[in-house]
Amino acid sequence: MKGIRWLMVLPFLGILGGIPFANKVTPYVLGMPFILFWIVAWVILTSVIMAVVYRFDPEVREEERT
Amino acid sequence: MNGALIIIFAFLLLSLYLGVQARKGKDMNLEQWTVGGRGFGTIFVFLLMAGEIYTTFTFLGGSGWAYGKGGPTFYIIAYGCLAYVLSYWMLPKVWKYAKEHQLMSQSDFFASKYNSPLLGVLVSLVGVVALIPYLVLQLKGLGIIVSEASYGTISSAAAIWIGVLSVTVYVMISGIHGSAWTAVVKDIMILVVAVFLGLYLPFHYYGGIEPMFTAIEEAKPGFLALPDKGMSVSWFISTVLLTALGFYMWPHTFGSIYSAKSANVFRKNAMILPIYQLVLLFVFFVGFAAILQIPHLEGSDADLALLRLSIQTFDPWVVGLIGAAGLLTAMVPGSMILMTASTLLAKNVYKVFSPSATDEQVAKLAKYLVPVIALISLYFTFRGGNTIVALLLMGYSLVTQLFPSLVLSLMKNNFVTKQGAFAGIIAGVVTVAYITLSGSSIGTLFPSLPQAVQDLNVGIIALIVNIVVTVVVSWIPTRSVSVDTEKSTM
Repeated sequence: MKGIRWLMVLPFLGILGGIPFANKVTPYVLGMPFILFWIVAWVILTSVIMAVVYRFDPEVREEERT
Repeated sequence: MNGALIIIFAFLLLSLYLGVQARKGKDMNLEQWTVGGRGFGTIFVFLLMAGEIYTTFTFLGGSGWAYGKGGPTFYIIAYGCLAYVLSYWMLPKVWKYAKEHQLMSQSDFFASKYNSPLLGVLVSLVGVVALIPYLVLQLKGLGIIVSEASYGTISSAAAIWIGVLSVTVYVMISGIHGSAWTAVVKDIMILVVAVFLGLYLPFHYYGGIEPMFTAIEEAKPGFLALPDKGMSVSWFISTVLLTALGFYMWPHTFGSIYSAKSANVFRKNAMILPIYQLVLLFVFFVGFAAILQIPHLEGSDADLALLRLSIQTFDPWVVGLIGAAGLLTAMVPGSMILMTASTLLAKNVYKVFSPSATDEQVAKLAKYLVPVIALISLYFTFRGGNTIVALLLMGYSLVTQLFPSLVLSLMKNNFVTKQGAFAGIIAGVVTVAYITLSGSSIGTLFPSLPQAVQDLNVGIIALIVNIVVTVVVSWIPTRSVSVDTEKSTM
Protein backbone atom coordinates (compact mmCIF):
# COMPACT_ATOMS: atom_id res chain seq x y z
CA MET A 1 0.00 0.00 0.00
CA LYS A 2 2.98 2.33 -0.33
CA GLY A 3 1.36 3.39 -3.62
CA ILE A 4 -1.14 5.37 -1.54
CA ARG A 5 1.52 8.06 -1.44
CA TRP A 6 0.84 8.86 -5.08
CA LEU A 7 -2.27 10.65 -3.82
CA MET A 8 0.10 13.41 -2.74
CA VAL A 9 0.44 14.46 -6.39
CA LEU A 10 -3.19 15.65 -6.38
CA PRO A 11 -2.68 18.91 -4.43
CA PHE A 12 0.02 19.94 -6.90
CA LEU A 13 -2.28 19.23 -9.84
CA GLY A 14 -5.23 20.97 -8.22
CA ILE A 15 -3.42 24.11 -7.14
CA LEU A 16 -0.78 24.59 -9.83
CA GLY A 17 -2.62 22.97 -12.72
CA GLY A 18 -6.06 24.28 -11.78
CA ILE A 19 -5.23 27.94 -11.28
CA PRO A 20 -5.35 28.97 -14.98
CA PHE A 21 -8.99 27.84 -15.02
CA ALA A 22 -9.89 29.17 -11.59
CA ASN A 23 -8.47 32.66 -12.05
CA LYS A 24 -11.69 34.66 -11.87
CA VAL A 25 -13.55 36.74 -9.30
CA THR A 26 -17.09 35.45 -9.94
CA PRO A 27 -19.04 33.39 -9.04
CA TYR A 28 -18.58 34.00 -5.34
CA VAL A 29 -18.57 30.75 -3.37
CA LEU A 30 -19.07 30.82 0.40
CA GLY A 31 -18.58 34.58 0.18
CA MET A 32 -15.16 34.29 -1.42
CA PRO A 33 -14.03 35.23 -4.94
CA PHE A 34 -13.83 32.07 -7.05
CA ILE A 35 -10.00 31.96 -7.17
CA LEU A 36 -9.76 32.21 -3.40
CA PHE A 37 -12.45 29.58 -2.93
CA TRP A 38 -10.56 27.27 -5.29
CA ILE A 39 -7.33 27.57 -3.31
CA VAL A 40 -9.06 27.24 0.07
CA ALA A 41 -10.97 24.17 -1.14
CA TRP A 42 -7.69 22.56 -2.21
CA VAL A 43 -6.04 23.39 1.08
CA ILE A 44 -8.82 21.59 2.93
CA LEU A 45 -8.73 18.69 0.45
CA THR A 46 -4.98 18.47 1.02
CA SER A 47 -5.52 17.92 4.71
CA VAL A 48 -8.06 15.20 3.88
CA ILE A 49 -5.70 13.57 1.38
CA MET A 50 -2.85 13.62 3.88
CA ALA A 51 -5.11 12.01 6.48
CA VAL A 52 -5.95 9.21 4.04
CA VAL A 53 -2.28 8.71 3.20
CA TYR A 54 -1.41 8.65 6.90
CA ARG A 55 -4.10 6.08 7.60
CA PHE A 56 -2.88 3.61 4.97
CA ASP A 57 0.86 4.29 4.92
CA PRO A 58 2.62 1.09 6.11
CA GLU A 59 5.64 3.07 7.30
CA VAL A 60 3.52 4.85 9.88
CA ARG A 61 2.57 1.60 11.57
CA GLU A 62 6.06 0.20 11.26
CA GLU A 63 7.29 3.16 13.21
CA GLU A 64 4.57 2.93 15.86
CA ARG A 65 5.70 -0.61 16.66
CA THR A 66 9.27 0.43 17.34
CA MET B 1 0.79 54.72 30.32
CA ASN B 2 -2.26 53.71 28.28
CA GLY B 3 -4.12 50.41 28.31
CA ALA B 4 -2.53 49.14 25.12
CA LEU B 5 0.95 49.57 26.49
CA ILE B 6 0.17 47.70 29.72
CA ILE B 7 -1.12 44.72 27.76
CA ILE B 8 1.89 44.64 25.43
CA PHE B 9 4.27 44.73 28.40
CA ALA B 10 2.35 42.04 30.25
CA PHE B 11 2.75 39.70 27.29
CA LEU B 12 6.40 40.60 26.92
CA LEU B 13 7.01 39.66 30.57
CA LEU B 14 4.95 36.48 30.25
CA SER B 15 6.96 35.28 27.27
CA LEU B 16 10.22 36.23 28.93
CA TYR B 17 9.20 34.25 32.01
CA LEU B 18 8.12 31.22 29.94
CA GLY B 19 11.26 31.44 27.86
CA VAL B 20 13.54 31.45 30.88
CA GLN B 21 11.71 28.80 32.94
CA ALA B 22 11.83 26.44 29.94
CA ARG B 23 15.38 25.63 30.94
CA LYS B 24 14.34 24.01 34.20
CA GLY B 25 15.84 20.60 34.92
CA LYS B 26 17.87 20.42 31.73
CA ASP B 27 21.58 20.15 31.34
CA MET B 28 22.16 22.69 28.56
CA ASN B 29 24.69 21.05 26.28
CA LEU B 30 24.56 21.91 22.58
CA GLU B 31 22.16 19.09 21.73
CA GLN B 32 19.71 20.19 24.42
CA TRP B 33 20.14 23.87 23.56
CA THR B 34 19.79 23.76 19.80
CA VAL B 35 17.63 20.68 19.05
CA GLY B 36 15.84 20.17 22.37
CA GLY B 37 17.54 16.85 23.03
CA ARG B 38 15.45 15.43 20.12
CA GLY B 39 12.55 15.01 22.50
CA PHE B 40 9.75 17.27 21.20
CA GLY B 41 6.35 15.76 20.51
CA THR B 42 3.79 16.68 17.89
CA ILE B 43 2.63 19.90 19.54
CA PHE B 44 5.97 21.59 20.07
CA VAL B 45 7.24 20.65 16.61
CA PHE B 46 3.92 21.80 15.19
CA LEU B 47 4.27 25.18 16.87
CA LEU B 48 7.88 25.60 15.80
CA MET B 49 7.01 24.77 12.21
CA ALA B 50 3.91 26.93 12.27
CA GLY B 51 6.16 29.70 13.56
CA GLU B 52 7.63 29.87 10.11
CA ILE B 53 4.27 30.89 8.60
CA TYR B 54 3.10 33.35 11.22
CA THR B 55 5.90 35.85 11.31
CA THR B 56 5.57 39.64 11.39
CA PHE B 57 5.94 39.42 7.64
CA THR B 58 2.67 37.54 7.29
CA PHE B 59 0.94 39.59 9.96
CA LEU B 60 1.83 42.95 8.39
CA GLY B 61 2.82 41.80 4.90
CA GLY B 62 -0.13 39.41 4.42
CA SER B 63 -2.66 42.12 5.14
CA GLY B 64 -0.48 44.66 3.30
CA TRP B 65 -0.40 42.54 0.15
CA ALA B 66 -4.15 41.97 0.28
CA TYR B 67 -4.56 45.74 0.59
CA GLY B 68 -2.07 46.73 -2.09
CA LYS B 69 -1.89 43.78 -4.51
CA GLY B 70 -5.17 41.84 -4.17
CA GLY B 71 -5.39 38.41 -5.85
CA PRO B 72 -1.65 37.60 -5.97
CA THR B 73 -1.73 37.49 -2.14
CA PHE B 74 -3.39 34.08 -2.30
CA TYR B 75 -0.09 32.49 -3.29
CA ILE B 76 0.85 32.59 0.41
CA ILE B 77 -1.66 29.90 1.44
CA ALA B 78 -0.97 27.87 -1.70
CA TYR B 79 2.78 27.47 -1.23
CA GLY B 80 2.52 26.56 2.45
CA CYS B 81 0.03 23.84 1.61
CA LEU B 82 2.29 22.24 -1.01
CA ALA B 83 5.33 22.55 1.25
CA TYR B 84 3.51 20.45 3.87
CA VAL B 85 2.78 17.76 1.29
CA LEU B 86 6.49 17.63 0.47
CA SER B 87 7.27 17.52 4.18
CA TYR B 88 5.43 14.21 4.59
CA TRP B 89 7.92 12.58 2.30
CA MET B 90 11.05 14.58 3.02
CA LEU B 91 11.13 15.34 6.75
CA PRO B 92 11.05 11.77 8.13
CA LYS B 93 14.06 10.89 5.94
CA VAL B 94 15.98 13.95 7.09
CA TRP B 95 15.07 13.31 10.72
CA LYS B 96 16.14 9.65 10.67
CA TYR B 97 19.48 10.41 9.12
CA ALA B 98 20.08 13.29 11.55
CA LYS B 99 19.27 11.10 14.51
CA GLU B 100 21.54 8.27 13.42
CA HIS B 101 24.43 10.69 12.93
CA GLN B 102 23.71 12.96 15.90
CA LEU B 103 23.44 16.06 13.71
CA MET B 104 22.73 19.51 15.18
CA SER B 105 22.37 21.82 12.21
CA GLN B 106 21.44 22.00 8.56
CA SER B 107 25.10 22.36 7.62
CA ASP B 108 25.89 19.15 9.53
CA PHE B 109 23.51 17.39 7.19
CA PHE B 110 25.36 18.50 4.07
CA ALA B 111 28.77 17.97 5.67
CA SER B 112 27.84 14.44 6.69
CA LYS B 113 25.95 13.34 3.55
CA TYR B 114 28.68 14.58 1.23
CA ASN B 115 31.46 13.81 3.66
CA SER B 116 32.84 17.35 3.36
CA PRO B 117 33.14 19.80 6.27
CA LEU B 118 33.95 22.53 3.75
CA LEU B 119 30.56 22.05 2.11
CA GLY B 120 29.17 22.56 5.61
CA VAL B 121 31.02 25.86 5.83
CA LEU B 122 29.58 27.00 2.49
CA VAL B 123 26.04 26.03 3.49
CA SER B 124 26.47 27.86 6.81
CA LEU B 125 27.62 31.04 5.12
CA VAL B 126 24.72 30.95 2.64
CA GLY B 127 22.40 30.33 5.61
CA VAL B 128 23.70 33.18 7.75
CA VAL B 129 23.64 35.63 4.83
CA ALA B 130 19.98 34.73 4.25
CA LEU B 131 19.04 34.68 7.96
CA ILE B 132 20.31 38.09 9.05
CA PRO B 133 18.09 40.13 6.70
CA TYR B 134 15.20 37.89 7.70
CA LEU B 135 15.83 38.75 11.33
CA VAL B 136 16.16 42.44 10.47
CA LEU B 137 12.77 42.29 8.79
CA GLN B 138 11.24 40.77 11.94
CA LEU B 139 12.79 43.52 14.03
CA LYS B 140 11.57 46.28 11.74
CA GLY B 141 8.10 44.76 11.88
CA LEU B 142 8.29 44.54 15.67
CA GLY B 143 9.18 48.24 15.85
CA ILE B 144 6.29 49.24 13.62
CA ILE B 145 3.75 47.11 15.47
CA VAL B 146 4.67 48.20 18.98
CA SER B 147 5.04 51.90 18.18
CA GLU B 148 1.71 51.97 16.30
CA ALA B 149 -0.12 49.89 18.91
CA SER B 150 1.23 52.04 21.75
CA TYR B 151 -0.16 55.10 19.93
CA GLY B 152 3.39 56.38 19.47
CA THR B 153 4.27 56.49 23.19
CA ILE B 154 7.07 53.96 22.59
CA SER B 155 9.37 54.75 19.71
CA SER B 156 10.04 52.02 17.20
CA ALA B 157 13.74 52.03 18.15
CA ALA B 158 12.99 51.56 21.86
CA ALA B 159 10.58 48.72 21.08
CA ILE B 160 13.20 46.98 18.96
CA TRP B 161 15.83 47.24 21.71
CA ILE B 162 13.46 45.85 24.34
CA GLY B 163 12.38 43.00 22.05
CA VAL B 164 15.93 42.05 21.13
CA LEU B 165 17.13 42.12 24.74
CA SER B 166 14.32 39.81 25.87
CA VAL B 167 14.91 37.36 23.04
CA THR B 168 18.67 37.36 23.59
CA VAL B 169 18.23 36.60 27.28
CA TYR B 170 15.94 33.62 26.89
CA VAL B 171 17.77 32.20 23.88
CA MET B 172 21.06 32.24 25.77
CA ILE B 173 19.48 30.59 28.78
CA SER B 174 16.99 28.12 27.31
CA GLY B 175 17.79 27.77 23.59
CA ILE B 176 15.08 26.07 21.57
CA HIS B 177 13.09 25.20 24.72
CA GLY B 178 12.51 28.95 25.16
CA SER B 179 11.32 29.32 21.58
CA ALA B 180 8.91 26.41 21.93
CA TRP B 181 7.35 27.74 25.13
CA THR B 182 6.89 31.27 23.80
CA ALA B 183 5.47 29.78 20.61
CA VAL B 184 2.60 28.37 22.67
CA VAL B 185 1.50 31.83 23.79
CA LYS B 186 2.15 33.30 20.36
CA ASP B 187 -0.02 30.82 18.48
CA ILE B 188 -2.95 31.13 20.86
CA MET B 189 -2.74 34.92 20.59
CA ILE B 190 -2.45 35.05 16.82
CA LEU B 191 -5.29 32.57 16.39
CA VAL B 192 -7.65 34.61 18.54
CA VAL B 193 -6.59 37.99 17.17
CA ALA B 194 -6.58 37.02 13.48
CA VAL B 195 -9.92 35.20 13.50
CA PHE B 196 -11.56 37.98 15.49
CA LEU B 197 -10.28 40.82 13.29
CA GLY B 198 -10.86 38.89 10.07
CA LEU B 199 -14.52 38.34 10.90
CA TYR B 200 -15.36 41.47 12.87
CA LEU B 201 -14.00 44.06 10.42
CA PRO B 202 -15.75 42.81 7.24
CA PHE B 203 -19.05 42.46 9.14
CA HIS B 204 -18.67 45.80 10.89
CA TYR B 205 -17.86 47.82 7.76
CA TYR B 206 -19.62 45.87 4.99
CA GLY B 207 -22.15 43.58 6.63
CA GLY B 208 -20.32 40.36 5.68
CA ILE B 209 -17.52 38.73 3.72
CA GLU B 210 -19.29 38.53 0.37
CA PRO B 211 -20.61 42.12 0.50
CA MET B 212 -17.04 43.23 1.19
CA PHE B 213 -15.66 41.40 -1.83
CA THR B 214 -18.53 42.63 -4.03
CA ALA B 215 -17.80 46.22 -2.98
CA ILE B 216 -14.11 45.81 -3.82
CA GLU B 217 -14.90 44.22 -7.17
CA GLU B 218 -17.17 47.14 -7.99
CA ALA B 219 -14.54 49.73 -7.05
CA LYS B 220 -11.57 47.88 -8.59
CA PRO B 221 -12.73 45.29 -11.15
CA GLY B 222 -10.41 42.29 -11.45
CA PHE B 223 -8.31 43.30 -8.41
CA LEU B 224 -9.24 40.09 -6.59
CA ALA B 225 -7.94 37.78 -9.34
CA LEU B 226 -4.49 37.46 -10.91
CA PRO B 227 -3.72 40.14 -13.53
CA ASP B 228 -2.90 39.31 -17.19
CA LYS B 229 0.60 40.73 -16.90
CA GLY B 230 3.19 40.81 -14.11
CA MET B 231 1.83 38.77 -11.21
CA SER B 232 -0.05 36.62 -13.67
CA VAL B 233 -0.97 32.94 -13.69
CA SER B 234 2.54 31.90 -14.73
CA TRP B 235 4.04 34.09 -11.98
CA PHE B 236 1.72 32.38 -9.50
CA ILE B 237 2.59 28.83 -10.54
CA SER B 238 6.36 29.41 -10.64
CA THR B 239 6.42 31.35 -7.38
CA VAL B 240 4.31 28.82 -5.48
CA LEU B 241 6.52 26.00 -6.70
CA LEU B 242 9.79 27.78 -5.86
CA THR B 243 8.70 28.88 -2.41
CA ALA B 244 7.29 25.44 -1.62
CA LEU B 245 10.68 23.91 -2.45
CA GLY B 246 12.55 26.55 -0.45
CA PHE B 247 10.21 26.36 2.57
CA TYR B 248 12.19 23.86 4.63
CA MET B 249 15.57 25.07 3.39
CA TRP B 250 15.70 27.91 5.91
CA PRO B 251 18.36 26.84 8.39
CA HIS B 252 16.15 27.51 11.42
CA THR B 253 13.20 25.56 9.99
CA PHE B 254 15.48 22.73 8.93
CA GLY B 255 17.06 22.68 12.38
CA SER B 256 13.69 22.40 14.08
CA ILE B 257 13.17 19.09 12.25
CA TYR B 258 15.82 17.55 14.50
CA SER B 259 13.94 18.47 17.66
CA ALA B 260 11.20 15.89 16.99
CA LYS B 261 11.16 12.66 18.96
CA SER B 262 9.82 10.47 16.14
CA ALA B 263 9.29 10.58 12.38
CA ASN B 264 5.52 10.21 12.72
CA VAL B 265 5.43 13.68 14.29
CA PHE B 266 5.95 15.13 10.80
CA ARG B 267 3.40 12.86 9.18
CA LYS B 268 0.78 13.95 11.68
CA ASN B 269 1.73 17.59 11.20
CA ALA B 270 1.37 17.25 7.43
CA MET B 271 -2.33 16.50 7.99
CA ILE B 272 -3.04 19.40 10.31
CA LEU B 273 -0.82 22.21 9.07
CA PRO B 274 -2.57 22.83 5.71
CA ILE B 275 -5.87 23.56 7.46
CA TYR B 276 -4.20 25.41 10.30
CA GLN B 277 -2.59 27.92 7.98
CA LEU B 278 -6.03 28.96 6.78
CA VAL B 279 -5.85 31.36 9.73
CA LEU B 280 -3.97 33.51 7.24
CA LEU B 281 -7.22 33.88 5.36
CA PHE B 282 -8.49 36.08 8.17
CA VAL B 283 -5.36 38.21 8.01
CA PHE B 284 -6.09 38.74 4.30
CA PHE B 285 -9.70 39.70 5.11
CA VAL B 286 -8.39 42.48 7.34
CA GLY B 287 -6.28 43.84 4.49
CA PHE B 288 -9.22 43.67 2.11
CA ALA B 289 -11.51 45.38 4.60
CA ALA B 290 -9.03 48.27 4.78
CA ILE B 291 -9.06 48.96 1.02
CA LEU B 292 -12.22 51.06 1.00
CA GLN B 293 -11.95 52.27 4.61
CA ILE B 294 -8.46 53.80 4.61
CA PRO B 295 -7.73 54.20 0.92
CA HIS B 296 -4.67 56.45 1.06
CA LEU B 297 -1.83 54.07 2.10
CA GLU B 298 0.79 54.09 -0.68
CA GLY B 299 3.81 51.85 -1.29
CA SER B 300 5.31 50.24 1.80
CA ASP B 301 2.72 52.03 3.97
CA ALA B 302 0.32 49.31 2.77
CA ASP B 303 1.85 47.17 5.52
CA LEU B 304 0.20 49.45 8.06
CA ALA B 305 -3.29 48.55 6.80
CA LEU B 306 -4.07 46.12 9.64
CA LEU B 307 -2.84 48.37 12.45
CA ARG B 308 -4.35 51.60 11.12
CA LEU B 309 -7.76 50.05 10.56
CA SER B 310 -7.69 48.48 14.03
CA ILE B 311 -6.76 51.76 15.69
CA GLN B 312 -9.56 53.47 13.84
CA THR B 313 -12.05 50.80 14.95
CA PHE B 314 -11.21 49.57 18.46
CA ASP B 315 -10.55 50.60 22.05
CA PRO B 316 -6.92 50.75 23.20
CA TRP B 317 -7.05 47.40 25.02
CA VAL B 318 -7.95 45.54 21.82
CA VAL B 319 -5.16 47.38 20.02
CA GLY B 320 -2.88 46.30 22.86
CA LEU B 321 -3.76 42.64 22.28
CA ILE B 322 -3.04 43.06 18.58
CA GLY B 323 0.27 44.71 19.42
CA ALA B 324 1.16 41.87 21.80
CA ALA B 325 0.37 39.26 19.15
CA GLY B 326 2.52 41.19 16.69
CA LEU B 327 5.37 41.40 19.17
CA LEU B 328 5.29 37.63 19.66
CA THR B 329 5.22 36.94 15.91
CA ALA B 330 8.57 38.71 15.78
CA MET B 331 10.08 37.19 18.90
CA VAL B 332 9.54 33.49 18.19
CA PRO B 333 11.10 33.36 14.71
CA GLY B 334 13.67 35.89 15.91
CA SER B 335 14.79 33.56 18.69
CA MET B 336 15.01 30.58 16.31
CA ILE B 337 17.10 32.62 13.88
CA LEU B 338 19.50 33.86 16.56
CA MET B 339 20.02 30.37 17.90
CA THR B 340 20.46 28.80 14.46
CA ALA B 341 22.88 31.41 13.15
CA SER B 342 25.03 31.06 16.30
CA THR B 343 25.04 27.27 16.07
CA LEU B 344 26.05 27.41 12.40
CA LEU B 345 28.93 29.78 13.06
CA ALA B 346 30.18 27.96 16.14
CA LYS B 347 29.79 24.36 15.05
CA ASN B 348 30.04 24.44 11.27
CA VAL B 349 32.51 27.27 10.72
CA TYR B 350 34.66 27.75 13.86
CA LYS B 351 34.93 24.06 14.72
CA VAL B 352 35.97 23.15 11.17
CA PHE B 353 38.93 25.52 11.32
CA SER B 354 39.94 24.66 14.87
CA PRO B 355 39.16 20.95 15.16
CA SER B 356 40.79 20.72 18.59
CA ALA B 357 37.90 22.70 20.18
CA THR B 358 35.90 20.57 22.62
CA ASP B 359 32.13 20.20 22.42
CA GLU B 360 31.86 22.26 25.55
CA GLN B 361 33.82 25.13 24.03
CA VAL B 362 31.67 25.03 20.88
CA ALA B 363 28.46 25.11 22.95
CA LYS B 364 29.77 28.05 24.95
CA LEU B 365 30.82 29.93 21.83
CA ALA B 366 27.38 29.36 20.28
CA LYS B 367 25.72 30.96 23.31
CA TYR B 368 28.08 33.94 23.33
CA LEU B 369 27.53 34.49 19.62
CA VAL B 370 23.82 35.15 20.28
CA PRO B 371 24.30 38.74 21.51
CA VAL B 372 26.90 39.36 18.80
CA ILE B 373 24.49 38.40 16.03
CA ALA B 374 21.73 40.34 17.79
CA LEU B 375 23.91 43.47 17.73
CA ILE B 376 24.81 43.01 14.06
CA SER B 377 21.12 42.70 13.22
CA LEU B 378 20.35 45.81 15.26
CA TYR B 379 22.98 47.69 13.31
CA PHE B 380 21.38 46.69 10.00
CA THR B 381 17.91 47.41 11.33
CA PHE B 382 18.81 51.01 12.12
CA ARG B 383 21.35 51.69 9.35
CA GLY B 384 20.69 49.08 6.68
CA GLY B 385 18.83 51.22 4.17
CA ASN B 386 18.36 49.71 0.75
CA THR B 387 21.05 47.06 0.90
CA ILE B 388 19.01 45.14 3.42
CA VAL B 389 15.97 45.14 1.15
CA ALA B 390 18.07 43.66 -1.64
CA LEU B 391 19.46 41.02 0.71
CA LEU B 392 16.00 40.19 1.90
CA LEU B 393 14.64 39.67 -1.59
CA MET B 394 17.58 37.34 -2.11
CA GLY B 395 17.11 35.38 1.12
CA TYR B 396 14.41 33.02 -0.04
CA SER B 397 16.08 32.42 -3.40
CA LEU B 398 19.41 31.84 -1.67
CA VAL B 399 18.20 29.09 0.62
CA THR B 400 16.26 27.49 -2.25
CA GLN B 401 19.64 26.84 -3.90
CA LEU B 402 20.26 24.21 -1.21
CA PHE B 403 17.27 22.18 -2.36
CA PRO B 404 18.70 20.17 -5.31
CA SER B 405 21.74 18.76 -3.53
CA LEU B 406 19.66 18.10 -0.41
CA VAL B 407 16.86 16.22 -2.13
CA LEU B 408 19.24 14.22 -4.30
CA SER B 409 21.16 13.20 -1.18
CA LEU B 410 17.96 11.58 0.13
CA MET B 411 17.73 9.28 -2.90
CA LYS B 412 19.04 5.74 -2.68
CA ASN B 413 21.55 6.24 -5.48
CA ASN B 414 22.82 9.77 -5.22
CA PHE B 415 25.02 10.60 -8.17
CA VAL B 416 25.94 14.06 -6.87
CA THR B 417 29.53 14.38 -5.64
CA LYS B 418 30.71 16.88 -3.07
CA GLN B 419 32.34 18.88 -5.85
CA GLY B 420 29.05 18.86 -7.73
CA ALA B 421 27.06 20.03 -4.70
CA PHE B 422 29.64 22.74 -3.98
CA ALA B 423 29.74 24.06 -7.55
CA GLY B 424 25.95 23.87 -7.97
CA ILE B 425 25.23 25.84 -4.80
CA ILE B 426 27.82 28.49 -5.68
CA ALA B 427 26.53 28.82 -9.26
CA GLY B 428 22.96 29.16 -7.97
CA VAL B 429 23.90 31.71 -5.33
CA VAL B 430 25.92 33.83 -7.77
CA THR B 431 23.03 33.79 -10.24
CA VAL B 432 20.59 34.88 -7.52
CA ALA B 433 22.93 37.69 -6.46
CA TYR B 434 23.40 38.91 -10.02
CA ILE B 435 19.70 38.81 -10.82
CA THR B 436 18.66 40.56 -7.61
CA LEU B 437 21.32 43.25 -7.59
CA SER B 438 20.86 44.09 -11.26
CA GLY B 439 17.08 44.11 -10.83
CA SER B 440 16.57 41.70 -13.71
CA SER B 441 13.48 39.72 -14.53
CA ILE B 442 13.03 37.14 -17.25
CA GLY B 443 11.38 39.95 -19.20
CA THR B 444 14.48 42.16 -19.09
CA LEU B 445 16.85 39.27 -19.74
CA PHE B 446 14.88 37.82 -22.65
CA PRO B 447 12.45 40.49 -23.87
CA SER B 448 11.40 38.56 -26.97
CA LEU B 449 9.82 35.65 -25.09
CA PRO B 450 6.02 35.40 -24.74
CA GLN B 451 4.43 37.25 -21.80
CA ALA B 452 3.66 34.06 -19.85
CA VAL B 453 7.34 33.11 -19.87
CA GLN B 454 8.45 36.66 -19.01
CA ASP B 455 6.29 36.59 -15.90
CA LEU B 456 7.91 33.43 -14.53
CA ASN B 457 9.65 33.91 -11.20
CA VAL B 458 13.25 34.73 -11.98
CA GLY B 459 14.41 32.32 -9.24
CA ILE B 460 13.65 29.50 -11.70
CA ILE B 461 16.70 30.55 -13.73
CA ALA B 462 19.03 30.30 -10.73
CA LEU B 463 17.63 26.89 -9.87
CA ILE B 464 18.13 25.62 -13.43
CA VAL B 465 21.72 26.95 -13.52
CA ASN B 466 22.29 25.27 -10.16
CA ILE B 467 20.95 21.88 -11.28
CA VAL B 468 22.86 21.91 -14.58
CA VAL B 469 26.16 22.77 -12.86
CA THR B 470 25.54 20.18 -10.12
CA VAL B 471 24.91 17.42 -12.65
CA VAL B 472 27.78 18.34 -14.99
CA VAL B 473 30.39 18.75 -12.25
CA SER B 474 29.26 15.56 -10.50
CA TRP B 475 29.75 13.73 -13.74
CA ILE B 476 33.35 14.73 -14.47
CA PRO B 477 35.31 13.85 -11.31
CA THR B 478 33.46 10.63 -10.44
CA ARG B 479 34.98 9.01 -13.53
CA SER B 480 38.55 9.75 -12.56
CA VAL B 481 37.80 8.83 -8.96
CA SER B 482 36.31 5.49 -9.98
CA VAL B 483 39.42 4.83 -12.07
CA ASP B 484 41.50 5.59 -8.99
CA THR B 485 39.59 3.17 -6.83
CA GLU B 486 39.89 0.49 -9.49
CA LYS B 487 43.64 0.93 -9.47
CA SER B 488 43.87 0.84 -5.74
CA THR B 489 41.83 -2.34 -5.47
CA MET B 490 44.02 -4.10 -8.00
